[in-house]
Amino acid sequence: MDLQVTIDTVWVLLAAMLVFFMNLGFALVESGFARAKNTVNIISKNFIVFAVSTIAFLVVGWGLMYGDGNGLVGLKGLFMLGGADNSPATGDAYQGVYSALGWAGVPLMAKFFFQLVFAGTAATIVSGAVAERIKYLSFIVFSFVLVAFVYPVVGHWIWGGGWLAGLGFWDFAGSTVVHSVGAWAALAGVLVLGPRLGKFGPDGKARALPGHNMTSAMTGALILWLGWFGFNPGSTMAADPMAISHIMVTTNLSAAAGALVATAVAWKVLGKPDLGMTINGMLGGLVGITAGAAFVSIGSSLVIGAIAGAIVVFGVLLLDRVHLDDPVGALAVHGMGGIFGTLAVGLFAQDSVAPGTTGDGLFFGGGLGLLGSQALGVLAVGAFVFGVSLVTWLAIKATMGVRVSEEEEIEGLDVGEHGNRAYPDFVQTETVA
Amino acid sequence: MKKIEAIIKPHRLDDVKEALHAVGVVGLTAYEVKGFGRQKGHTEIYRGAEYTVDFVPKVKIEIVVDDDMAAQVEDAIISAAHSGKIGDGKVFTYDCEGAVRIRTGERGPDAL
Repeated sequence: MDLQVTIDTVWVLLAAMLVFFMNLGFALVESGFARAKNTVNIISKNFIVFAVSTIAFLVVGWGLMYGDGNGLVGLKGLFMLGGADNSPATGDAYQGVYSALGWAGVPLMAKFFFQLVFAGTAATIVSGAVAERIKYLSFIVFSFVLVAFVYPVVGHWIWGGGWLAGLGFWDFAGSTVVHSVGAWAALAGVLVLGPRLGKFGPDGKARALPGHNMTSAMTGALILWLGWFGFNPGSTMAADPMAISHIMVTTNLSAAAGALVATAVAWKVLGKPDLGMTINGMLGGLVGITAGAAFVSIGSSLVIGAIAGAIVVFGVLLLDRVHLDDPVGALAVHGMGGIFGTLAVGLFAQDSVAPGTTGDGLFFGGGLGLLGSQALGVLAVGAFVFGVSLVTWLAIKATMGVRVSEEEEIEGLDVGEHGNRAYPDFVQTETVA
Repeated sequence: MKKIEAIIKPHRLDDVKEALHAVGVVGLTAYEVKGFGRQKGHTEIYRGAEYTVDFVPKVKIEIVVDDDMAAQVEDAIISAAHSGKIGDGKVFTYDCEGAVRIRTGERGPDAL
């Protein structure tokens, strides 16, 4: 086989493995930010969600997203990767029904695995926002629906040759496709679930329900930072030396700027450099650069990260004020960060960075055209994902229930949902025969 | 002086603290404990093996007050910790023979 195909395939699969590793990052961040009595439940959700996503994306998600079809949805080769495909042939030589990825010179299974880990990321974002009160099985069912149907439809619009791509909407690695989708789905879940017991006092003020392990949260945050070096640079789906190096640096700079600015803003606004804000600010920087990592300059990536870091701090405080209980800050990081990152393409993109793609954004003489199509995409995806998710959550609530009982929530979901305990320190036990 | 000890459900601690504050209690000591009473333990699972956990997590609080406050304090704890379900806990009251504020050397009720 062609050496370039081999190199590209190794790169794509390596990047996919880094993105897979982000599941551990999410598990550690979310369990660290939650209380000890819910640890088994949270790590179980973050663990099983990738298995659920794998099946959902194989069965029908991939086909809906990348199958040839109309502007709204894929129609060919829908089920079980069943369509014709002669990858790694590209361009005019490509023959098959997944032509939206016909430009990528890697085998079909490499394309599938790389796209699968992205679908899994969107699903795992939901986990944190709905934590500490959702029924385990209800979360599993929702995750399946999200990855089988909701995520792939949006993905088709943007990456599968659908209508938003046709309008000139650009999302390089998924500020909208992955992060906003996860956050809109999570927002619907947060609204249907309601806040955790005790989150908002009788006076209406938000109370702190401190996470139980900041070491775990920080470890997870660094794993996510590492994983993003696969998420963004890997989205070239080719070992293009100039592009992947550029994207590696824009990604890292935005994360660094996000961490620093969030720390500074928290220090100023809250009086202390709150580590939880540093972590979420860094993640906001990563989400913010994801749409534009390949399209913006090194300098712009610093500005994008800085703004995203500030947005996350104020976003977390705003969500508390409007009584949306998100235990880990996922709505601020992935929702607000994702919206900003998508719009940032319309502001900061430069034709000279990636010739023949986005063109210039507003700040580089390109006018409002690109910003307008980015804004349209943000609104369309928000309306679709929030609407379908809300209906799905309400249907789950009406059939199997969505929230654990008050007693179980007080005792902790670990024993209630799983019969397990994460930290069985003082246990006098006798085994039941 | 009376020493009042109460064993309560952990998530009631904040409510009990507020109720005690309202009747003029200015300090208390709380610690996490495990034990059992009429509320039975429950079953947990570890890698497929079931085991019973007889000791249930509780919070124990200790307060020392002047004699005339003791009944009020007991009532405050009882009303704030009461859910009507098994496992609400117990309140014990003892005579307290002495108290000293270490910083100033004050003794008796003045030290409280």
